[in-house]
Amino acid sequence: MSLTLQQRLNKRSRTRIGRERINWWATSILGICALAVVVPLFVTISMAFKSAKQAVDGKAFSLPKPFSVEGFTAAWDLVNFPRAFTISLVITLVAVLGAVLVASMASYAIHRNWNRRFYRFSFYYLLGAMFLPFPVLALSQVKLTGIFGLDNPAGVAILHVMFGLSFNVLLFTSFLRGLPGELEESARIDGASNWTTYWRIIFPLLAPMSATVAIFAFLSSWNDFMMPSLIISQQADQTLPVVQQLFQTQFSNNYHVSFASYLMAMAPSVVAYLFTQRWVMSGLTQGAVKS
Amino acid sequence: MALTTPTKPSNDAKVVAPTRPVKRRQFEATYLGFLVPALICFTIAITLPAAMGIYFSFTDSVGFGDYNLVGLANYAALFTDPAIIGSYSFTIGFALVTVILTNALAFFLAVGLTAQIRARVALRTIFVMPMVISGIVIAYVFNFLFSNTLPAVGEYLGIGFLKESLLSNPDLAWLSIVIVTAWQAVPSAMLIYIAGLMAIPYDLYEASSLDGASSFGQLKNVTLPLMTGYIGINIIIGFKNFLGAYDIIVGLTNGGPGVKTRSIAMTIFTGFERGDYAYQMANATVFFIISLIIALFQLRLTNKGQAK
Repeated sequence: MSLTLQQRLNKRSRTRIGRERINWWATSILGICALAVVVPLFVTISMAFKSAKQAVDGKAFSLPKPFSVEGFTAAWDLVNFPRAFTISLVITLVAVLGAVLVASMASYAIHRNWNRRFYRFSFYYLLGAMFLPFPVLALSQVKLTGIFGLDNPAGVAILHVMFGLSFNVLLFTSFLRGLPGELEESARIDGASNWTTYWRIIFPLLAPMSATVAIFAFLSSWNDFMMPSLIISQQADQTLPVVQQLFQTQFSNNYHVSFASYLMAMAPSVVAYLFTQRWVMSGLTQGAVKS
Repeated sequence: MALTTPTKPSNDAKVVAPTRPVKRRQFEATYLGFLVPALICFTIAITLPAAMGIYFSFTDSVGFGDYNLVGLANYAALFTDPAIIGSYSFTIGFALVTVILTNALAFFLAVGLTAQIRARVALRTIFVMPMVISGIVIAYVFNFLFSNTLPAVGEYLGIGFLKESLLSNPDLAWLSIVIVTAWQAVPSAMLIYIAGLMAIPYDLYEASSLDGASSFGQLKNVTLPLMTGYIGINIIIGFKNFLGAYDIIVGLTNGGPGVKTRSIAMTIFTGFERGDYAYQMANATVFFIISLIIALFQLRLTNKGQAK
């Protein structure tokens, strides 16, 4: 029997029989590399907690002294944080729910009717857009959303769902192909309608793939800058990443305020990631490998 | 969202052959209800703008009002426009350098993270973190580091070329974009490499170490050949993504100094400000064709990988 490295690592960490020595060289080199990720984040946190007087010198590596939250209170009002946060959150929620529901339903319909030309054609039609970069469509979309009255967060949420559709349908259909058909058949024999079969049998079975899709949809929607900055016409309706622009044009020397604001913009996704780390990692890997 | 929620099964009999039993017909209505609203929204949101873009690239539209068809005039103008040629050569050069740097780092980290190391989970958590942070926000953070901290460090160490801000240096500003883009792109490439490394049968390493291979020899003669498929995929995905660079450039240099670091996407977006909508649509169409060619390469490579 031939084990892969994965199985071997799992086995070792479970049984803790370390026949091979720990590679301290690799550990310390990776530790040094990790500084490249940690230092910018550390600077962000430390700058955010400085007082106005201390922040003005722009020294990145001095620790905050005294510890101050005046940057946060100023940033909170300046960018109207509650509003920008809520708009970002609503767009992201709609985008995540839409990504999972719309794509899984469409994929199920395509998968069940693969022998029909219309469904097969739809699959390739949806897939075709995977190769369309957003900049190609952007200006025409700006025009269209203006005409439809969707030059607002609702329009951005819909576009997020539609942009993800190609890739998500690809993920769901390939997952559906691997599911056993028996459960579905027995539900049919018991007289379940199509809707019931999807909702009660298929959707729960799709859970692992839905998690992957949801994680990708969350990250791309929450962190998106390009689309909201172009589509949303009212500055007051802008999302959290877009409102950070304020600190480049005005207040550019109030480092404690700008960094407090950056930190508040980053924190939700980083904290969410740290708490769901193990789960997110497998989801990200699955999605990354499939692409 | 109202548009995208699936409609209740309606008794749309037209789409079904009349000889089919009633139950069957109902099933089919549900399937259509699952698929058709999504198709309609998709057509309006994606296909229509794409078609509009291509159509307007053959006109002299400024973005609104009347326009005339001008044939291929926009395309002919593209190829002699220094602004367009500049943005393409900058973006392609930047994408090439970034893809090499990103993949070298990602491969190196992936090999490290699959070795017998301590604190594997903690290190992996840290290395994946850039993936969850917004590109524009981290670009603003690096903007500060490049324009304040790095010059201060350069001053302290007496390194001449660092004393000035990297971002305002016409010859080196692109380097800052490479660094931040790679910073953010390494995790996803790294996860793909880790998945690839994890799937290598361990026997191969045992056999080669019995034959007296050093760990460097194993890396070169066992790991690398088995990873070529993953490397190819990562390079193509990365290159395609980097060609669309936007957020990070906006956050760092905003295209400057001058237009030295203006990417293709940024050039396209100037279409409304400058009233050359049709012209930039021709640019977008060319960009689309380039993306398509890269995508076809990717498909060929993926299919080859699956055929194995």
